[in-house]
Amino acid sequence: MAHLEHTAVHGHDVHDEHHEEHHELSFIRKYIFSEDHKVIGKQFLITGLIWAVIGGTLSMIFRLQLGLPNADLEWLRPILGEWITPDHKLSQEFYLALVTMHGTIMVFFVLTAGLSGTFSNFLIPLQIGARDMASGFLNMLSYWFFFVSGVLMFISLFIETGPASGGWVIYPPLSAVQEAMPGSGLGMTLWLCAMALFIISSLLGGINYITTIINLRTKGMTFDRLPLTIWAFFLTAIIGVLSFPVLLSAALLLIFDRSFGTSFFLSDIYINGHALDHVGGSPILFQHLFWFLGHPEVYIVLLPALGITSEIISTNSRKPIFGYKAMIGSMIGITFLSFIVWAHHMFVTGMNPFLGSIFMLLTLIIAVPSAVKAFNYITTLWQGNLIFTPGMLFSIGLVSVFISGGVTGIILGNAALDVHLHDTYFVVAHFHLVMGSASFFGFMAGVYHWFPKMFGRMMDERLGYVHFWMTFVGVYLVFFPMHYQGIAGFPRRYYTYTVYNAFNSFHDLEAFISIAAFITFGAQFIFGFNFFYSIFKGRPASSNPWRSNTLEWTTPLHPGHGNWVGEIPTVYRWPYDYSKPGAEDDFIPQTVPYSQTASSNTEHDAELLKNEQSH
Amino acid sequence: MDFKVILSIATFVLILAVLYLVYRVTTISGAIKGSSRKIDNKINAFLFPVFLVVMFGLAFWYNPIAAKNYLPEAACDTGVETDKMFWITIYIISTVVVITHILLLTFPYFYQYKEGRKAKYFPDNNTLEIGWTIAPAIVLAGLIAYGWSTWTKITGPAPEKSNELEIMGFQFAWKVRYPGKDGKFGKYYFRNIQAGNDFGLNLDDKNNFDDFIPNEIHLPVGQPVKFNIRARDVLHSVFLPHFRQKMDAVPGMPTSLWFTPLYTTAEMRKRTGNPQFNYELACTEVCGKGHYSMRYIVVVDTPEDYKKWYESSTSWLTDNDDIVKQINPELRKFIPNYTPKEEVKQEVQVEVPSDSTSVVSLKD
Repeated sequence: MAHLEHTAVHGHDVHDEHHEEHHELSFIRKYIFSEDHKVIGKQFLITGLIWAVIGGTLSMIFRLQLGLPNADLEWLRPILGEWITPDHKLSQEFYLALVTMHGTIMVFFVLTAGLSGTFSNFLIPLQIGARDMASGFLNMLSYWFFFVSGVLMFISLFIETGPASGGWVIYPPLSAVQEAMPGSGLGMTLWLCAMALFIISSLLGGINYITTIINLRTKGMTFDRLPLTIWAFFLTAIIGVLSFPVLLSAALLLIFDRSFGTSFFLSDIYINGHALDHVGGSPILFQHLFWFLGHPEVYIVLLPALGITSEIISTNSRKPIFGYKAMIGSMIGITFLSFIVWAHHMFVTGMNPFLGSIFMLLTLIIAVPSAVKAFNYITTLWQGNLIFTPGMLFSIGLVSVFISGGVTGIILGNAALDVHLHDTYFVVAHFHLVMGSASFFGFMAGVYHWFPKMFGRMMDERLGYVHFWMTFVGVYLVFFPMHYQGIAGFPRRYYTYTVYNAFNSFHDLEAFISIAAFITFGAQFIFGFNFFYSIFKGRPASSNPWRSNTLEWTTPLHPGHGNWVGEIPTVYRWPYDYSKPGAEDDFIPQTVPYSQTASSNTEHDAELLKNEQSH
Repeated sequence: MDFKVILSIATFVLILAVLYLVYRVTTISGAIKGSSRKIDNKINAFLFPVFLVVMFGLAFWYNPIAAKNYLPEAACDTGVETDKMFWITIYIISTVVVITHILLLTFPYFYQYKEGRKAKYFPDNNTLEIGWTIAPAIVLAGLIAYGWSTWTKITGPAPEKSNELEIMGFQFAWKVRYPGKDGKFGKYYFRNIQAGNDFGLNLDDKNNFDDFIPNEIHLPVGQPVKFNIRARDVLHSVFLPHFRQKMDAVPGMPTSLWFTPLYTTAEMRKRTGNPQFNYELACTEVCGKGHYSMRYIVVVDTPEDYKKWYESSTSWLTDNDDIVKQINPELRKFIPNYTPKEEVKQEVQVEVPSDSTSVVSLKD
């Protein structure tokens, strides 16, 4: 708390302009080892974007193999070296390394750290009316643990035996037995160390988010006045804090099995002409531990995107979000259910079929709160006055991919249907739409929407439109056709399909998907250009460019340490009073008391007004 | 078309697009005027319904084309059921997707920003919320009940008179064992594995002696068959796409699946019109470099042909002298068609004490 007073003092001199060299904090304390949540948020953002480029590039390389299997890849030798075989093809081991690292990077580094890390850090204090996070120091540690984790993961891409290659789920024994594949050697060790650090980072962040939201809300900011973004970050942090430790335990036990001769996950293994000493372990145990995080992880990446979308759709529809309480309720429902559906990833592992039945039941129930959210979004658009900012476009896009990717979960969650579809492209299509694309759209929506608050400038809207339409069309052209392959039984993580008569088809479709993927990926550089160009040369923003109600827009254009100059504003109302009948303007910020809006107060508001005055 | 050509065209288009956009941003990076913003809003509003029509059009156009590449009709009884359930579910969810998308993607057009219009203040409505909570809940309850009963049927215990086989996955192939004429699998232990004994079969268990290890799987049509599944090194997964069956192969934890084939390979060749047709078995759990290449052939015979094939198969110990000489001489009489060879006998008497258990240490 002493820290907060300290920051409050500094609040005065920071708001004038950036680059003030006279400021007491040195460059290193201000921009590198910063304890300011806004700087940390930007650090997460830029690191996340860099990882997105790396993760995306990896997928482009394996799409080359899948879509254009006869292509001569000799031109990649300067970058990939020995991973290009003497006959100018991608090596089979490296193919698996690519899919593994693509998954790991996208799920953890881009959509967990990049999305949740960026916006939880940046928005929580600004939207709840706090000077900073509960602990700026832990927050700084959170970023730097993530950074070091990223460095380790990055290094693993360049070692001779290659990075981890057993799939992002790193199932033992493949990941535990070094003889099983080259990537299970040093690459896997680095993967596990990187993930251990990542989990620490995530926990430090999560504890901070929860503490801050519970303790540091400004006067009047009750839980039923929190923007849905904050609700989403709050629940996301709770999921992370409860489930990441389980992944850590899985990783630690795997480290023991790999390096110290224990047998938690290993038994009865004969490989490379000799039997291993391990007996009594269970590979299935690892899968339970992994998916106990792995499934909630889906919601860790999705909920922040949904929260961001709620905020942006409401603002740009000039309408209150429909069913604010139902939205919170369904998010709480999803949070709770996310912990008890994990074994639907394991229907065909030999798990007791009765357990499968129970997990099928619980899994399909999660479709109900998800459906409620989708209907609420659509109803929010109905009879609105829609302004299509790039953030709004990506939010509508999110709702679309959330629905079309989500409904196939009803098929995959049905154990009887999952038997055929498990580990086929149907699954790939499903989660790339509902988790990958939806979260990415939420990420992009958030960047476009809060860019003016982050950098005091606007991003170019037209480039944003082009980026959105290319991406929106692109993700459907890439991921939707994968359903067809999945129905045809195409297994995941196959280097080529020509070995089988059953799968020796869809060659044109594979090529089509690859080309669509290249173009979609290329379109992201439009965003990259727009982003970095606008940081320096963008049109200067006004203080509330979207005419939004939430607190962050009441801060100075360039909020300094402590966010508000002088006192933190008091909150009097919920954040969604858009187009309220009787009101002069089509938005009433949260800081406007009911006493000033007599013309638009409802009966219920009149009671709140009494409370307001009695205080 | 040559792939390089496709690739270079794609790259070219991409570069053009990026160059154009960079040009645009440098020319319009100043403040966007109010009027052009209004036009932008209209264009975006219009593009949503266009997107709706084009994308659904593409999907409906491509659906029948894709269907030509789907697997042939399910070749086992439960597969027919799950296929039916799959398509029923697909129709339900497609309806949901179409309806929600018509709303989601036309609302932007109908409710695009108009100056002077005020959005409807409509923060909540309990009837609606309850309605669209209960409606999906009812549909899902139906799907859960349907799925649950089928799942229970698929995973229930195999009929007692099932034809059994054992399949073992390893990097990067499968091996299959049938229990032989006695119909009994002998015991195995992973430390017994050696050249000539890939399954690690116990050499003191005479039930093992008549087991045979063919190069392809044979199944009788119309009779329940049970696959006993295991893995030797890492996880694998037995995937029988034509039978819609799948089960992981786990080192240290035997698993199983069972089904009843409906058509022989010959019948399926006629039904598909493909004289080359074969049932195939694939691996669907990533297991290393050769994961994609673990193809195995499954042949479904008429019961008569199956019986003939089964009975003509010879024990894995036939011509497997290195293993035979490790077997206790007392037990060798149980080996089918075994003719003692003098020199082998002497050698074994030196190496294996008569009270030896069959566990043969591999490290020595």
